[in-house]
Amino acid sequence: MIPNEIKKILSDSNEKIATRKAYGEKLAELGEVNNDIVVLDCDLSKSTKTNIFAKKFPGRFFNFGVAESNMMSVAAGLATMGKIPFASTFGVFASKRAADQVSISVAYPKLGVKICATHTGISVGEDGATHQAIEDVAIMRSIPNIKVISPSDGTETSRVIEKIIDIEGPCYVRLCRGSSPLIFNQNYKFELGKGTRIMEGNKATIISAGFTTHIALNAAKKLMGGGIEVDFINMSSIKPIDEDLLIDSAKKTGLVITVEDHNIIGGLGSAVCEVLSNNSPTRVIRLGVKDKFGASGTADELIKAYGFDEESIISTVKENIV
Amino acid sequence: MPKISKELATKLINKSYKGRKNILKMAKFGEVHIGGAYSSLDIITVLYNEIMKHDPKNPDWKDRDRFILSAGHKCLALYVTLADQGYFDEDVLWTYNSFDTRVPMHPDEKVLPGIEFPTGSLGHGLPVSGGIAITAKRDGDDYRVFCVLGDGECGEGSIWESAMAAGHHKLDNLVAILDRNKLQVNGRTENVMSTAPLEDKFLAFGWEVKTINGHDFNQIYETLTSIPFKKDKPSLIIIDTIKCKGLNFGEDNFKFHHWHCESDKVDEGIELVEKVRREELAKVGG
Repeated sequence: MIPNEIKKILSDSNEKIATRKAYGEKLAELGEVNNDIVVLDCDLSKSTKTNIFAKKFPGRFFNFGVAESNMMSVAAGLATMGKIPFASTFGVFASKRAADQVSISVAYPKLGVKICATHTGISVGEDGATHQAIEDVAIMRSIPNIKVISPSDGTETSRVIEKIIDIEGPCYVRLCRGSSPLIFNQNYKFELGKGTRIMEGNKATIISAGFTTHIALNAAKKLMGGGIEVDFINMSSIKPIDEDLLIDSAKKTGLVITVEDHNIIGGLGSAVCEVLSNNSPTRVIRLGVKDKFGASGTADELIKAYGFDEESIISTVKENIV
Repeated sequence: MPKISKELATKLINKSYKGRKNILKMAKFGEVHIGGAYSSLDIITVLYNEIMKHDPKNPDWKDRDRFILSAGHKCLALYVTLADQGYFDEDVLWTYNSFDTRVPMHPDEKVLPGIEFPTGSLGHGLPVSGGIAITAKRDGDDYRVFCVLGDGECGEGSIWESAMAAGHHKLDNLVAILDRNKLQVNGRTENVMSTAPLEDKFLAFGWEVKTINGHDFNQIYETLTSIPFKKDKPSLIIIDTIKCKGLNFGEDNFKFHHWHCESDKVDEGIELVEKVRREELAKVGG
């Protein structure tokens, strides 16, 4: 069931928006009230949606061309001078090409660079494996000092972007190419290190973050319709993660299913396992990309083929509840 | 070329050779990247004594010139210079490489005043310097950014990404100093991976370039007082140097990139360095 206080924050609109678009719009809005915000991009601003900011504030936007390593270190330099740099490119480049710069230039000196990477996961679609970041959460999560956030819809993305301005040190925000339905309305508040239990039940716990959240939420609603009540948790703050909520829910249901558009090694599912194995050992089934590269296709086709679509989530719950 | 005064030459020689002796004393506490520290020490001495706007009593002074040691392993040269300038007590040097030291093998801005940025992973310092320089440009501030690179370091792709960006963004408040000592960890740079022709490469990326003898205080002073070389262009000073300059048994020997010093060599080394100091002073009539 959906608790009444949660109903107040859930969207009833049919609107769909890509989290990258919500990011670009929010950034341009914040640029008006905060002069210290500067935005860096690597020739992808049309896709990352930083072009909205660039058009409004050309003096605070820097295009570094196809050179992501340089961009990350330049962002670090800007941060040492008190600027609030947002560095954007695709997830594959932010996490893999520039990993050393993110680690040593940004994270080691704890600089407040906001790395906002778009086109993450296989839901990128037709571009195929070279452009689908399936390791980015694992990489970023393992670098000390970095906070990792994977907002689940446009509303949450806006809240996250507002929030990270005030968060000290570096952040990695994982954004998506494709449009997805709004889950939350304007009453929703994001808190770093806190998850949101959207549904309550005792048969299983379903946890998701990012693009898959609307898919997993639909699955949970269908399960509820069929009499299987589950806890459904939106865990967009992956690092730090809401340990108390995880432990509480796992103790109650005894079965956890994680859903993510990322390799099941090192991502949200792994983060959940790390908490539970140490505090409340529980069976965890990780749905996501099972340690293989992505492929070309539509997002829906790929998610179905890789086994974390609505039907796969429902059948996984049904087959494994005690 | 105008000569610097005898008094100034004497002061700079004395300071840089005092620094070399202090580095040798630090070698008692563990392995030292002595070669690159010695090759870059003369220009770092001139920068901190005569060129840069900085205040050891107020290391965070907003309008200071910034110094980024992109080749972070040369940090012994920076440590002894900062100690001499009064950023911290000289005794800190004798904790080199110990647990929780403020002077580790690669510099850490979190523990030592005067360090602007933690370097050591090569190829980071020039792009970071670009970020600082672009901030000054945007905000209309007039501080400058000095960045010391190694010639072996120029094998890193990120150096060329940032060289391109500095030229593109017309960062004439950025001064890169490339310590061309012609040796890297595994041998001569021309044999390991030739980075030549460095002048032509930086020129092609939109920089203004001057090449000087990195151990000639006249040339160093003259060049550093003529920056920026050209409006709207970043400046590169290539200093031709001798790796481990001043310690004759280590000069131009790649094995002294990273040297594990035997304790009896320290006193011998200090005597040799002192001998070179006196020869250098004699050349300027000091």
